[in-house]
Amino acid sequence: MSDSIISAHNLVKQFDGYCAVDGIDFSVQRGMCFGFLGPNGAGKTTTLRMILGLTPVTQGTLSVFGLSINDHACEVRARTGVVPQADNLDPDFSIEENLAMYARYYGINSADIPGRVDRLLDFASLRDRRKAKTETLSGGMQRRLTIARALVNDPEMVVLDEPTTGLDPQARHVIWARLAELKERGTTLLLTTHYMEEAERLCDELVIMDKGKILDRGSPEELIKRHVEPEVIELRGADSEVVSTLEATRQCRIEPMGTSHYCYTHDATKTLACIQTFHQLRYMHRPSGLEDVFLRLTGKELRD
Amino acid sequence: MNFYRLPRIRRGALAVWHRNIRVWRKLLGPAILMNFGEPTLYLVGLGFGLGHFVGEMSGMSYLAFLASGVIASAAMTTASFEGMYSVYTRMVPQRTYEALLATPLEVDDVIAGEMIWCGTKALFSGVAILVVAFLLGVVNGWQALLTIPVVFLIGACFAGPAMIMSALASGYDFFNYYFVLVITPMFIISGVFYPVDTLPEKMQFVVELLPLAHAVALTRPLITGTELTQPLLHLGVLFAYALVSYYVAVVLVRKKLMV
Repeated sequence: MSDSIISAHNLVKQFDGYCAVDGIDFSVQRGMCFGFLGPNGAGKTTTLRMILGLTPVTQGTLSVFGLSINDHACEVRARTGVVPQADNLDPDFSIEENLAMYARYYGINSADIPGRVDRLLDFASLRDRRKAKTETLSGGMQRRLTIARALVNDPEMVVLDEPTTGLDPQARHVIWARLAELKERGTTLLLTTHYMEEAERLCDELVIMDKGKILDRGSPEELIKRHVEPEVIELRGADSEVVSTLEATRQCRIEPMGTSHYCYTHDATKTLACIQTFHQLRYMHRPSGLEDVFLRLTGKELRD
Repeated sequence: MNFYRLPRIRRGALAVWHRNIRVWRKLLGPAILMNFGEPTLYLVGLGFGLGHFVGEMSGMSYLAFLASGVIASAAMTTASFEGMYSVYTRMVPQRTYEALLATPLEVDDVIAGEMIWCGTKALFSGVAILVVAFLLGVVNGWQALLTIPVVFLIGACFAGPAMIMSALASGYDFFNYYFVLVITPMFIISGVFYPVDTLPEKMQFVVELLPLAHAVALTRPLITGTELTQPLLHLGVLFAYALVSYYVAVVLVRKKLMV
């Protein structure tokens, strides 16, 4: 715990009548990518807003860069970059003006601004669109610009609230590559997501949140190992006969999931052999992932 | 984090002001047309047209009387529009403030920057009216240039209440209440079109509490070269409105956005 960039103890956030964050503890080491994973309404965004000093902490202690957030919110934000959940680029300005104006909000010396803007345009691969209005950009380009904008103050930490929600797969991969590049440079990344693949790819450590509480924490591998069997076979359209036959083998744990059944197992050989006796059955065999952990911990019922 | 903490005035406010003036510069043509077109219509239309029947008012031509009042009411309207429609747009649908507040800027800086900007816009409109009034020959003496800083102060004074409305508004329609119930009545009874002392005494007392009457009491003597009475009282009222409404606006916007 020597070089933790954030530490939170018994952090609570109450709004009128309900508790958005209900006594959580966590710490983030410098240079890592730390994820908050959870369904909608889990308290992820509220936690990020408290870290940035954008909403008062109801109870508990929270320090960022070793500074209490209650008294040093401006200083914390001066050293942090923020990528909000929905882009809030300035529609009154072109792409390069968006970056230049944002640099001014940080009080960056105007002589330094053009150089920074050029570097960030390269980072976002938007150099040839620099004069364009933001509304002419695709969703992926807007996200790249928002991420570039968050780097205008050379932050030690970047906070990203669902950085790839609503993007197509190509755009998502580009964002992931950019974030990996940032991590390489030693920037601490803090992100919320409900995409398991994103969390598995990017996060060194993560917490799974639900209803304002942390359910568990660890690296993606640790969490998978701790909560689910290593292999899973997904069955589509299996009837009760199939399910009871499989249950009788005592080789796997079966979880119904919508119209599918998930069979978790330590060794899939026997289960697969049994499944293959039902000829028309569609199935998929894969290693377990964070999604399985997530569903196990947060349950299956629909949120919001 | 205390919502009622006294605001700090910091340099960051200028960054917010700078943002707005950069946007304004992009639409310079229509902005200048607005600044000159409207007062010219008022002064030429009402000043000459109505002035023909009115003749003199308070010992000056009706055109001079009107021009020296309209400069104050135009500052009020300009700042009120900016403080409501534009500020609300940046605060809510456009989410510009969300982006601003992710930087080291605070609500204190944003609202101070907006207030300075509303003052600046009022100043632009004031300068335009001053030019038109000069060309119509109703400006009497160099002291008229002092209306320029006064008009800035009038803008700041009306920006605060307008931003309070923005913080309370749930949509653009909400502003109709403020215009119909506050701005328009003030415009009509504060001595822009006729002297306040022609009103019933009780009403005069109410008018004296409103900032526009004090604004007009400054701009009219400055432009027409008549005697300026109690300038410190009038300036004091405008300053007080500006400061108190700034503080209230900051508290309300903190409560709206810092949740």
